[in-house]
Amino acid sequence: MSKMNMLQAINNALDTAMAENERVLCFGEDVGVFGGVFRATSNLQQKYGKARCFNTPLVEQGIIGFANGLAAQGSVPVAEIQFADYIFPAFDQIVNESAKFRYRSGNLFDVGGLTIRAPYGGGIAGGLYHSQSPEAYFAHTPGLKIVVPRNPHQAKGLLLAAIHDPNPTLFFEPKRLYRASVGEVPDEDYRLPLGEAEVTKEGTDVTILGWGAQMEVIDQAVERAEKDGISCEVIDLRTILPWDVETVANSVFKTGRLVVTHEAPLTGGFAGEIAATIQERCFLYLESPIARVTGMDTPFPLVLEKEHLPNHLKVYEAIRASVEF
Amino acid sequence: MTTTKSKVVYSPVFTDGAEFRIPTFKLLKQDGKLYKSAKAPDLDKDKALRIYRAMVTTRILDERMLAAQRQGRLSFYMQCTGEEAAVIGSAAALDDGDMIMAQYREQGALAYRGFTIDEFMNQLFGNEMDYGKGRQMPVHYGSKKLNYMTISSPLATQIPQAAGYAYGQKLRGEGLCTITYFGEGAASEGDFHAALNMAAVHRVPVIFLCRNNGYAISTPAAEQFAADGVAPRAYGYKMDVIRVDGNDILAMYQATQEARKLAVEHNRPVLIEAMSYRLAAHSSSDDPSGYRSKDEEAVWREKDPILRMRLWLESKKWWSEDDEKQLQENMRREVLETMKRAQKRPPPPLESLVSDVYDEVPPALAEQFDKLKAHIRRNPDEYPKSAEHAKGGA
Repeated sequence: MSKMNMLQAINNALDTAMAENERVLCFGEDVGVFGGVFRATSNLQQKYGKARCFNTPLVEQGIIGFANGLAAQGSVPVAEIQFADYIFPAFDQIVNESAKFRYRSGNLFDVGGLTIRAPYGGGIAGGLYHSQSPEAYFAHTPGLKIVVPRNPHQAKGLLLAAIHDPNPTLFFEPKRLYRASVGEVPDEDYRLPLGEAEVTKEGTDVTILGWGAQMEVIDQAVERAEKDGISCEVIDLRTILPWDVETVANSVFKTGRLVVTHEAPLTGGFAGEIAATIQERCFLYLESPIARVTGMDTPFPLVLEKEHLPNHLKVYEAIRASVEF
Repeated sequence: MTTTKSKVVYSPVFTDGAEFRIPTFKLLKQDGKLYKSAKAPDLDKDKALRIYRAMVTTRILDERMLAAQRQGRLSFYMQCTGEEAAVIGSAAALDDGDMIMAQYREQGALAYRGFTIDEFMNQLFGNEMDYGKGRQMPVHYGSKKLNYMTISSPLATQIPQAAGYAYGQKLRGEGLCTITYFGEGAASEGDFHAALNMAAVHRVPVIFLCRNNGYAISTPAAEQFAADGVAPRAYGYKMDVIRVDGNDILAMYQATQEARKLAVEHNRPVLIEAMSYRLAAHSSSDDPSGYRSKDEEAVWREKDPILRMRLWLESKKWWSEDDEKQLQENMRREVLETMKRAQKRPPPPLESLVSDVYDEVPPALAEQFDKLKAHIRRNPDEYPKSAEHAKGGA
């Protein structure tokens, strides 16, 4: 065990994967000798050479196209998109190519070795283009897996699972938490399951569901709600696609109430999908409407970031409203 | 910091690149004879005949399958007609272990590698023996054993993938390369530029083969780019480039052979611009009479690459009138008989609707599938293709 922040845990996961398998490659913009703008790939080029960890030209569609080809060839590419806000030039390669490679070839070819890492989310005064949470765009694409970690331990275990998973996986990293705190992280290789949510706190009155950086916000809100005598069950979804309906439904059968929160805007956000599925599953058990606490339907603002974000106060209010409905 | 060592001038001097005139490489005249100073590449009789048979196979397959589409037996088709030399001449210059990542009009390369008429037909009819499990429109072939990547409809997406695939080959040290085919229209897509730049920067053993066939559906090349074709773009990426008469089988073969050496032995990516003409429509859904003249087509019909090769083979005494007649008859018969068989084969099983989305069917999709089967069981007459398959399960 070592104390690591999330960046160190991610760097350690990449190091672990590259040490174990010479076919694992890390590349992207500024990923090489500099180690990435956030330093997630620090020392990897020095350790594994320029052929396996390298800078690419500034062309996201090229990075992912290149990565698709490498994965089809049998390599295990871990491509970095510098900010999730800049993933859209690669949208075609991800949505039409990565996601459909296996299906369209009848399983003759696949890009299962592909992992795409991208820092996402607000809270760093990043404005419109260094703050977005684009998971819902990709959640509409069968064939992809989408994973978001909440802390250093989760980050290493989920990233290693993503790298080894035989399906193309998007790994969105909550950059606000990169250096926010440290936690105990095993030094060896370990993998946390994809497609499985985790109940991080048991409770009986209301279920609060989120992922990534929002888990910290939920914990703050729950601490306050519990002081009011509300027993909260907290779930980290961890994998957005394919998502763990069973764990969420089982929790809502017990509590009868659900609050879902994410940073991305409300309309078309993944909370809508969760709400629709859970009301189908748990209709007769629900004691109150499923609540969504999300970013507003605006581009991501700068100065009024705090007002925009679904912070712990808004989540707390939603918990109260759900219980008092 | 700049990487360009540039001469300095003290008055504003613009340059438009006009000094770069890219010549066209030709060896074979339309009468099957070599140009005066041209020398035939090292191509033995067996290989030459393998190439020729693949060209004729492609032509006949295309003719018959377009006719089948017109008769309503097939939903869609795309012909390679006029471009057989560009595609097969280049594919023949490769090692059969090299990866081919094509656009959609390169069935000739597959025919050359040994894809059988039966395999073509199974894909065209999307039956249970189609490797693609009936999921894609006709002509979206793929073959793992022949190193031919399954076709994807979106244009140019295969180009940066080819760069990545070839980079992986380079790291493996297999002495193999990747060739990727695309049209001059696809070369306008961002993926083309992304791919060439990345390949040049990372010294990737990849051959970019642009089939400049004059048209992107209805859009003529003159409305696609202002420059002298696609070839000059290679300079901007510092890449070796050659322009070839795409209807000249010998020139295509030799140019690709040399390109392969640059790619595999020197890790230098190469751009080949094959100048040709799409004699057929873009697809069975297209009608060229709306955008080009019969006279224009007639000029190119005179430059038929298959006839040109045949005349060369005959001049070498490697091919005769009888050989031609026999090949034509055999191929036509095989295509017709194979088509009838393929058409009768059942469709892929219902389960293939949900398999291969992921390596395993996730729970939510399994649930959707159970619901679908139950629905089909309630309405079996409405789903004749799958009612039988829907019997099992929840």
